[in-house]
Amino acid sequence: MTSNKKAVVYVRLKEGVLDPQGATIQKALNQMGYSDFLSVRTGRFFELEVEGGAADIDRKIDEVCSKLLANPVIESYRVEKV
Amino acid sequence: MKFGVVTFPGSNCDYDAYAAVRHVLGEEVNFLWHKSTDLMASDIVILPGGFAYGDYLRAGAIARFSPIMEQVISFAHSGGLVIGICNGFQVLTESGLLPGALMRNEHLRFSCKQVYLRVEHTSSPFTRACMRGEVLMIPIAHGEGNYYNFDGDIQKLEDNGQVLFRYCDRSGALTPGANPNGSVHGIAGITNAEGNVLGMMPHPERAVEPILGSADGLKIFESIMAAVKTTVAGR
Repeated sequence: MTSNKKAVVYVRLKEGVLDPQGATIQKALNQMGYSDFLSVRTGRFFELEVEGGAADIDRKIDEVCSKLLANPVIESYRVEKV
Repeated sequence: MKFGVVTFPGSNCDYDAYAAVRHVLGEEVNFLWHKSTDLMASDIVILPGGFAYGDYLRAGAIARFSPIMEQVISFAHSGGLVIGICNGFQVLTESGLLPGALMRNEHLRFSCKQVYLRVEHTSSPFTRACMRGEVLMIPIAHGEGNYYNFDGDIQKLEDNGQVLFRYCDRSGALTPGANPNGSVHGIAGITNAEGNVLGMMPHPERAVEPILGSADGLKIFESIMAAVKTTVAGR
């Protein structure tokens, strides 16, 4: 019996793409007195659980990342196996 | 001629689009349910505004995989006219029918107000009833309408004449203050390279009668009707 596979996917805006939320958070930090915080970039992560017997699991995870979880026009992603 | 208006779970401007076509233009229109795979012989498909699938993940990201979208994509690839308004524009970029992406407004606020748009050219089926440089007053209502694309790709859009509408002031000038969301080059609406797919953040279906504050949106619908009639006559 194989156990299910888990992975965490981190999605973030590509370098050079403006992140208005990150910029606003950074400004708020500065206003709170944390003047040494120079930059904030936001992103999100997904915890995936895939049936243990799934064939080509790496390829499938990669596929769902580029098809759905990230928008390749503006975002990049990184997969971390747990 | 027949219009089709797609209804996703969370669409909320589908009835506005329906009413504009049925009651103002007096043309035939059908709702196209997101689970359906039948475009009901529509001559033009409208992807309406709203929050399809709750805008979960990213606006338009999940709607893009609904059964009706497969049909809309092949309809667009075969030259059919498709217009995505607001959330519909987001669905079109997510589905790859239009280039680029719509990001959170630069100021992070939801913007709901009348804006002015400059018609960049009139060789499009969506603007043939307008004049080049004409200023239209049409409302926006969005939190994620900040059009983004990489510099090289923006230049391609500009060179191909794919930028159809730009935010401007009342006189048609492109001022920073007239841009409500931070879109690059003040972009409010673009077409695909072939010109048969339009995405725009402003809502022409909400500007079809003087009592609504503006009837300028009618010009876009009249353009579409003229374009479809020419195509049908040419078949």
